[in-house]
Amino acid sequence: MSALLEISDLNVHFATADGDVHAVKEASLTIQESECLGVVGESGSGKSQLFLAAFGLLAGNGKASGSVKYRGTEILSAPTGQLNKLRGSAVTMIFQDPLTSLTPHMRVGKQIMEALMLHRNVQSDAAQKQAREMLDYVRIPESARRMRQYPHELSGGMRQRVMIAMATITGPDLIIADEPTTALDVTVQAQILEILRALKNDRKTAIALVSHDMGVIAGLADRVQVMRYGEIVESGAVDDVFYAPRHDYTRMLLDALPKAGETPAPAKALGGPLLTVEDLTVGFPITDKGLLGKTRTLRAVDGISFTLHQGETLGVVGESGCGKSTLARAVLQLLPKSGGRVVWLGRDLDTATQSDIRKLREDFQIVFQDPLASLDPRMPVGVSISEPLKALEPHLSRDAVRQKVRAMMQRVGLDPAWINRYPHELSGGQNQRVGLARAMIVGPQMLVCDEAVSALDVSIQAQIVALIRDLQAETGLALIFISHDLSVVRRLSHRVMVLYLGRVVEMAPSDALYTDPRHPYTRALLSAVLSPDPRLERQRKRELLTGDLPSPLDPRAQLTFLKSKLDQPDYRPRLIQAAPGHFVAEHD
Amino acid sequence: MILYALRRIAGAIPTLFVIITLTFFMMRAAPGGPFDSERRLPPEIERNLKAAYDLDKPLVQQYLIYLGKAAQGDFGPSFKNKDFTVAQLIATGLPVSARLGLWAMALALLIGTTLGILAALRQNRWQDYSVMSVAMLGITIPTFVTAPLLTLAFGIYGVTIFGQEFSLPVGGWNNGAWRNMVLPVTVLALPQIAIISRLMRGAMVEVLRANYIRTARAKGLPATQIVLSHALRAASLPLVSYMGPALAAVLTGSLVVEQIFGLPGIGRYFVQGALNRDYTLVMGVVICYACLIIALNFLADMIYGILDPRVRLK
Repeated sequence: MSALLEISDLNVHFATADGDVHAVKEASLTIQESECLGVVGESGSGKSQLFLAAFGLLAGNGKASGSVKYRGTEILSAPTGQLNKLRGSAVTMIFQDPLTSLTPHMRVGKQIMEALMLHRNVQSDAAQKQAREMLDYVRIPESARRMRQYPHELSGGMRQRVMIAMATITGPDLIIADEPTTALDVTVQAQILEILRALKNDRKTAIALVSHDMGVIAGLADRVQVMRYGEIVESGAVDDVFYAPRHDYTRMLLDALPKAGETPAPAKALGGPLLTVEDLTVGFPITDKGLLGKTRTLRAVDGISFTLHQGETLGVVGESGCGKSTLARAVLQLLPKSGGRVVWLGRDLDTATQSDIRKLREDFQIVFQDPLASLDPRMPVGVSISEPLKALEPHLSRDAVRQKVRAMMQRVGLDPAWINRYPHELSGGQNQRVGLARAMIVGPQMLVCDEAVSALDVSIQAQIVALIRDLQAETGLALIFISHDLSVVRRLSHRVMVLYLGRVVEMAPSDALYTDPRHPYTRALLSAVLSPDPRLERQRKRELLTGDLPSPLDPRAQLTFLKSKLDQPDYRPRLIQAAPGHFVAEHD
Repeated sequence: MILYALRRIAGAIPTLFVIITLTFFMMRAAPGGPFDSERRLPPEIERNLKAAYDLDKPLVQQYLIYLGKAAQGDFGPSFKNKDFTVAQLIATGLPVSARLGLWAMALALLIGTTLGILAALRQNRWQDYSVMSVAMLGITIPTFVTAPLLTLAFGIYGVTIFGQEFSLPVGGWNNGAWRNMVLPVTVLALPQIAIISRLMRGAMVEVLRANYIRTARAKGLPATQIVLSHALRAASLPLVSYMGPALAAVLTGSLVVEQIFGLPGIGRYFVQGALNRDYTLVMGVVICYACLIIALNFLADMIYGILDPRVRLK
């Protein structure tokens, strides 16, 4: 019996302004019926282009050669008409970033029905019914209403479920899932992976699971192939690759991952309190649609208190919309707060004038998530790094500034010769080093890292985390490390604070939080974290949260875990000390 | 939606007020007056004329009188075409110009979008290059060149197509007979075809690179369906923004086309009125043009909201 999909010696070239790019080199792979093949690799490894090329979906400047056989029939460079019989029918695709991958001006119901009506000749009414059933299958509630909505009206997780429904409705033999969970929250990621698992087990659909995340692959794949620079460097059964990797690169990828049970950064002797935040509240006015749009306040941060000590790292975790970035910006006086106090070294910042705060910027700095987007594209990196110095220490001479910039570049692992390069000439990891250098050059006492490593490949992520740790050890810097990624937070933090809809649900020393989580939300978050351990992942029973995050405008949303108080909608769960230093919000 | 429409209409009133005020005073700041001519009138007659048209009163008072009358829909008599009121002139001229303009725009939309889509689908191939070069010609060659050329070809020499002698009248309105409209409509449409096809191509090239087009291709949809139901709506958004002001300009006629083809539209009133210091006529056509722009921009915004559900009308 021939394989479902057999790719041999596939080469993909792109003609670019910088010359020819050989994106996929002599790649060969097979996928059998109802098998899940995991394809791992970091950005630029050619893993996505491999499958796009196989089904004739390359961008205009791409060219593929080699052989791709679907059930024994050669399909590479087949005419579009022939490919169109296959695409969307027997072979479907799920792409990363469902917001841009769904047509913005078409109702999701129609987008789901489209392939069905085209390939299976189903009439509109029947297609509608099937699409609704499909939405139920991917666990989207109120399917009838959702069918009539546009992609932008759905949450990220729901959009990806729509994508899956779209890819599944024609009953394909093979689904190519290209980074299907990237950029989704961990709990949503776990839900999406559950659906893919069900597809594989119940419907016997073969899946090509393309991801940069070894954890995503571990639980689902039967076999794994590892790609680097367009080449497949290792392939084998999932257990072999994970437990006995043969190629150095695979080993490096696995080592770069934080594993369950890894010890956090050693807590050095902590200094006195640096920053005290008391009952901080940040609200945004939201105007309702409709005739009499009434303005309500969305409390992005709703009464958060904590103290940060010198040399300490406080991890802040939570899903998108929990207020973690708003918290950071309000603490740094980049956003006006609506209530509470921020005290820096014993001084209430409410009493500080604008120029005082400008001076204080030397003491607290921030590193942002997307390194490329947060650097000025028209400014050489050296200038970007030197800007805070010029603003905050104007007395320095040009030579002194230049010298400091070079020294700082060296310190963060950048070649000082790159001082005149532009951000687009550097990689993501290098740009993030620029971001760190820019923040560190004024010698701050506190650094806020707002998802500073989230957009980076795992191997780069590990390097940046190590760099941050080194900088902290050297300078005694205090850190607020914000991330949705619980395992990265664990590697760095002494204490961790879990946010849910703008409020703290649990705050504890790192070890206690990860080994003995008390709040059901923390437990759900932790159980959703994937580990690169196939046996563990296969057995694991997850405490899944169902559905989406409730709207922060709903006053009862705060009581999701305290249903017994639902009769008092204004009640806010209080933090209770469960063990020394371990605070947990009231819950049922 | 109704509330939004009402709010927009209410918002248009101050805009109109500002336009009227500015035009009124700028017009008066220009030297000369409606009754200046090479042959000077006897002073008494001139004084009587001015008194008859309230021109002897202080400027601010004249302005208030004009505002009051305009608010009641009375735009006064034309100073030069003495037997007609401004409203009458516009009422007879506008339908002619608007009819020509509508046909020209409809033709330009049909041909322009088709060419633009074709060029985008065949990006950087000969089809693309030829459409874009022709479009460039269409933009650069002014109507006072194309109009006489077409007149020569179809009116004077006559063109033989499929063995049939083909000739068209070179001028006159003839109550809007289609034969009289062909040449002016074509001349008006040519530059619009060029602009629209370039706009359409640019937007379409952009949209065809979007991720959701890749999704549509991955669904196995045929190219026509991808273009029509996934790409076209998003790609026509820049066109919609352009169409509002462009349509207003085309509907209010063109001096060049109306002069060359001898058409009784209102395009010439803009220029004649200004040259003759025919204050009331200039005010009338400016108000007419402003109303059209406001109405068409409003329409464009509504269509924008329909095409792109992410745009909320507030």
